[in-house]
Amino acid sequence: MKRRSVCGTLLLALLSVLVLFPVIYTVCSAFMSNREILYYYGSLVTEEAGEGRWLPFHLIPDAFSLDAFYQILLRRPDYLIKFWNSLFLTGVIVLGQLALSCLAGYGFSKRRFPASQVLFVLIVILMLMPYQVTLVSNYIVLNAAGLIGSYLSVILPGIFAPFGVFWMRQVMDGIPDDILEAAALDGAGQMRILCQVVVPAAKGGLVSLIILSFVDNWNMVEQPLVFLKDRTKYPLSIFLSQINAQTLGAAFASGLLAMLPVALLFAFFQEELAEGISLTGRR
Amino acid sequence: MKLKTKTKWTGVLLTAPYLAGFFLLFVIPFFISVSYTFTRGVGAMEFVGLANYADVLGSAAFRLAFYNTFRFLLFGVPLLMAVSLWLACMVNGRGREKQVFRSIFLYPMVLPVASVVMFFQVFLAERGILNSLLTLMGLPSVGWLDSETSFGVLLFLYIWKNCGYNMVLFLAGLHAIPEEYYEIARLEGAGRGQIFRRITLPLLEPSTVFVLVISIMNGFKSFREAYLLAGTMPHQSIYMLQHFMNNNFDNLNYQRLSVAAFLTFLWIFLMVAVIFGIRTRREREV
Repeated sequence: MKRRSVCGTLLLALLSVLVLFPVIYTVCSAFMSNREILYYYGSLVTEEAGEGRWLPFHLIPDAFSLDAFYQILLRRPDYLIKFWNSLFLTGVIVLGQLALSCLAGYGFSKRRFPASQVLFVLIVILMLMPYQVTLVSNYIVLNAAGLIGSYLSVILPGIFAPFGVFWMRQVMDGIPDDILEAAALDGAGQMRILCQVVVPAAKGGLVSLIILSFVDNWNMVEQPLVFLKDRTKYPLSIFLSQINAQTLGAAFASGLLAMLPVALLFAFFQEELAEGISLTGRR
Repeated sequence: MKLKTKTKWTGVLLTAPYLAGFFLLFVIPFFISVSYTFTRGVGAMEFVGLANYADVLGSAAFRLAFYNTFRFLLFGVPLLMAVSLWLACMVNGRGREKQVFRSIFLYPMVLPVASVVMFFQVFLAERGILNSLLTLMGLPSVGWLDSETSFGVLLFLYIWKNCGYNMVLFLAGLHAIPEEYYEIARLEGAGRGQIFRRITLPLLEPSTVFVLVISIMNGFKSFREAYLLAGTMPHQSIYMLQHFMNNNFDNLNYQRLSVAAFLTFLWIFLMVAVIFGIRTRREREV
């Protein structure tokens, strides 16, 4: 019995390293100088495919350097602009989605009305649909409104993404009706009940929705590819994947900065996240 | 009575802001796009019946995209579910180290794949680290991103990214199983495999259905990884429905796009309906 669990732990430890390896490698390489990266990986962008030298496994920097961060934070404006653009886009979407989802989730969960069940099923069906299905519909409307190419074309479908409503309804279903009734008896209005009773009680679910929505939008690929014709407007997620001779030296450092906001959220709220996920799994 | 009508309106008002956008952005244009599928031309459209469907279904690119997406789900979803269930069983229970493992396996879900693109480029390039390892061992090099292998690479990324989320869902299901069941089974002398098959699996069914649906949903999102690693024109084994759509967006062929979107909708709708249909029927039997 004992030996079995030791073996299991070892196996899990090994898997953990494997799972985290891309992160570890990126973090270590972020502290190499531009010159060091070009020396080791330069052939990635300069040589024709199949020629040139082998790319080496090079985990520990020869010399610890903040050169790459200096480059992207102080010397070259493009990366920072992309970073703040993405943060702005993501922030607006998350806040908008949060506000709408709280209202609608509360309505669907605690203030049911005729047809509310049917509407909710409709929302769930849409939630299950991939972007392949919804992009065309969105495009028709956004095009008619003349919004294609502007940031609003990415923001609006993001804010109204059905996932948030589904999530908040599931979370609020777990809040007992008694405390709402008690508040109502004390003479609290609907908005006060929502803000002062329901939202605090749903905090874990709210926090996990923030993380999930932030991640999803921070990583957006499909929508900008279709809705933003102008390549200079592409968010960080797409920008990072286009490694060329100019960006190679700081590619690892850019990656590290890009994973930072979500990593921080995760570090502080991972328990709420796990709790929220398991909460919404039940129907 | 007065109070009752008032609360009804509260629900409508609360959901109205969301529903307005929901109908305007998704539902109404969806029906418009479905009506496009029967027409031809821009502006003065003429009714062409099912010609567009024949056109799209006959196109080699669409069939390849559909086949690849289907194949991806067929292999990816069961594999992902098995891995996640195994992980959930392994990290279930108390203990500091299990808590740490849970966090680690959940982390890739929140990791932007774009931020580790450079890592994958360095490892998967033709003269990359993995190939240099293979060569050292005397094995032939592999075209990780430009051969059939890219399908496997994409499967790996899909499992890597999603196993944590599913693991948490399974864990919640495992916690819901009363401990007494296990104790009784052990007293009766049941083996580990027997307990797993007779108690854990059947009682985990509700979670399993949910995980299945979520896994399918996330399977369609693997286009992101495919795009970030291989661009708009990847190797043909990972040319997905989303690639097909994006390429048709470039020349703005509404009819083709609408047909592809509607067919995808029908396909997923049927899949989910079957899953939930089976589940309700089995619930009734119990």
